Amino acid sequence: MDLNFTPAELAFRDEVRQFLRDRLPQDIAQRVKNGLALRAEDYTRWQKILFQRGWGAPGWPKQFGGPGWGPVEMHIYDEEAAAAGAPRTIPFGLKMVAPVIMAFGSPAQQQRFLPGILNGEVWWCQGYSEPGAGSDLASLKTRAERQGDHYIVNGQKTWNTLGQYADWIFCLVRTDPNAPKQQQGISFLLIDMKTPGITVRPIITMDGAHEVNEVWFENVKVPVENRIGEENKGWTYAKFLLGHERTNIAGVGASKRELGRLKAIARKETKNGRPLLEDLLFAARVAQVEMELMALEITNLRALSAESEKRAPGPEASILKIKGTEIQQALTELMMYAVGPYALPFERGSIEEGDLTSVAGPDYAAPLAATYCNVRKVTIYGGSNEIQRNIISQMILGL
Amino acid sequence: MDFNFSDEQQLLADTVQRFVRDNYSFEARRAILQGKGGWSRDMWQEIAGLGLTAINVPEEHGGLGNGPVETMLVMNALGEGLVVEPFLAAAVIAPVFLTRIGDKAAAEQLLPNIASGERIVILAHQEPQTRGEIDHVATRAEKSSGGYVLDGLKNVIIGGGAADELLISARTSGRTGDTDGISVFRVDPKAAGVTLKDYGTIDGLRAADIELKKVTVPASALVGAEGKAFAAIEAAYDHALSALCAEAVGIMKAVNATTLDYTKNRKQFGQPIAKFQVLQHRMADMFLHSEQAKSMSYLAAIKCVDPEAGERRRALSAAKVIVGQAGRFVGQQAVQLHGGMGMTEELMVSHYFKRLTAIELTLGDADFHTQQFIATGAN
Repeated sequence: MDLNFTPAELAFRDEVRQFLRDRLPQDIAQRVKNGLALRAEDYTRWQKILFQRGWGAPGWPKQFGGPGWGPVEMHIYDEEAAAAGAPRTIPFGLKMVAPVIMAFGSPAQQQRFLPGILNGEVWWCQGYSEPGAGSDLASLKTRAERQGDHYIVNGQKTWNTLGQYADWIFCLVRTDPNAPKQQQGISFLLIDMKTPGITVRPIITMDGAHEVNEVWFENVKVPVENRIGEENKGWTYAKFLLGHERTNIAGVGASKRELGRLKAIARKETKNGRPLLEDLLFAARVAQVEMELMALEITNLRALSAESEKRAPGPEASILKIKGTEIQQALTELMMYAVGPYALPFERGSIEEGDLTSVAGPDYAAPLAATYCNVRKVTIYGGSNEIQRNIISQMILGL
Repeated sequence: MDFNFSDEQQLLADTVQRFVRDNYSFEARRAILQGKGGWSRDMWQEIAGLGLTAINVPEEHGGLGNGPVETMLVMNALGEGLVVEPFLAAAVIAPVFLTRIGDKAAAEQLLPNIASGERIVILAHQEPQTRGEIDHVATRAEKSSGGYVLDGLKNVIIGGGAADELLISARTSGRTGDTDGISVFRVDPKAAGVTLKDYGTIDGLRAADIELKKVTVPASALVGAEGKAFAAIEAAYDHALSALCAEAVGIMKAVNATTLDYTKNRKQFGQPIAKFQVLQHRMADMFLHSEQAKSMSYLAAIKCVDPEAGERRRALSAAKVIVGQAGRFVGQQAVQLHGGMGMTEELMVSHYFKRLTAIELTLGDADFHTQQFIATGAN
């Protein structure tokens, strides 16, 4: 047993660090490190830089343009990128639809769709959830009826993340409403967002952000050639996709960066003339999160190590999701508490613009309450933490 | 990065697990607890026969010269069986201390007999005000003609009553909280002035309060250099922290298994209670806690010998906190999920619960180690 990286892995880490020092745009890094909103342009600019370096898709196999990294290299990259303040990966193209296209798409579909995902030219979004199909995804109702070479799609998707920027959407649609089990009548379609009949309506979340949307489909014509795999086999592809969504689910690197930010804030804030971080009660709460994060880091490495040996990263990922998101929430909450009443002044525009001078209180305090509100989502999305507990009890405990 | 164990380590783990399964059933353990002295010297010899008392003894002194990872694997298995013989005190703390203190004569005289299981040597260090602060030594050793005179009180020394020989820490100079000035002496438990009160603890182990009133020892009883014992004591306790975490991890594994089994078999409202989602989620949380604890136990085993003191303290304290909190949650919920049966002596679960509770109170609780963690300058 050895918790250290090998010399080769350490050399790789240095290479990643050097690249991040040289190429990560500082205006983007500053936004990330200060908890400010990123613009769509920030994400694509960074993706294009990564693509130029050959690192556009860390998790992809070499044949499709991936760097050929193993789980440990990917982990090192994620850690270093997060520490440096690189934008998080928008998962919908790179981590969600791309693996499905690689595994189940035709060669023509692979040639048509994968390059645009890799080079950052094409933005993808997800059409999974519906108003009546959340955790119970298979109960989705959006209909796709075959008419010759096309499907005619009607229905409504919701909780569509950043679809306002998207060029394409991947959708689960019902092609056989009479299938004996609801999982059996679903197909997986790729739809051009410019197709007539698609309407994107913003959902403004409690932090004032426009991060999610409703997407309406009204007689939207989709060529049959845009279907992945077989008709009515979409649920299989959907489950495969959800498995891939769970890589880097623990978010250890980003949480370490946020822990650093929490400490920096708690050093600047004072209580009775002393830094807040020296207040034993507050320091104990920070320490609790830090110790749990230490444990999560090892748990994550254990999962990675199993993955390196081709033991599947099975239901253990649910542990990483639960603990990782609980830690993310604890960190945003403590940051908000650290600044006290100056967490309250709120100007959404300033957070978007990245100019906080007009907001009352110190700059670092301005986005904290909004972030706290926003991060309540993490225990809900990607399979709520209650669903994760169901998975643990069914898949690990055998209940 | 590698989380695999070597073939030898895996063999060791399998051997101890099999031994515990075959020799330390619920009934066998109960018989030991109710027998003379509350522990079994015969069982100790069997444990020694497997070579387990030799793992922390260097090869040059007749041991196997293994390290914290082997200790972890052994403690996992002993934890699963709730073995009451004083393994932690006699086969981890004492040999690590004697190896580190650098006293050739004491090492040559004691370590081979520790390795073979023939002698049980116990380091009596803790005092009523210690509460995890291992530099707290109020017991004094005054120099007298040709030797020392010891006065003080050592309390809740696990395995103290089983000791063939005691290693007593006492202050030869400095003030109570100084790291400098702590010395260790070899003391016969039957020596004049030593009053040893042996008693049972809530978790079925044995402990002793050892009162020292004008106990005279010769100069040759001093182990290592005068006033310089702290580093070796600390090393022994660092190993012990890691070992204790591993024991708790072994217990949690067993607790989760027994709870799962119980809830699958216990029927209420016409179905196994494991079908109820509220219990499933509780058990998912118990599993999650025990996995996090296992991760920290690995970290503790690796870091307990880290030469960099800050890094070592930080990892060990974090491990003790996470493992302690996990043990508290898992133990309490296991009793809860067993319902009334969890309250009884008749099932293993209550015994697991009591040992997990005791572990949290041993070598500093979660509050103490949280403060230690903060003090390492992590903030």
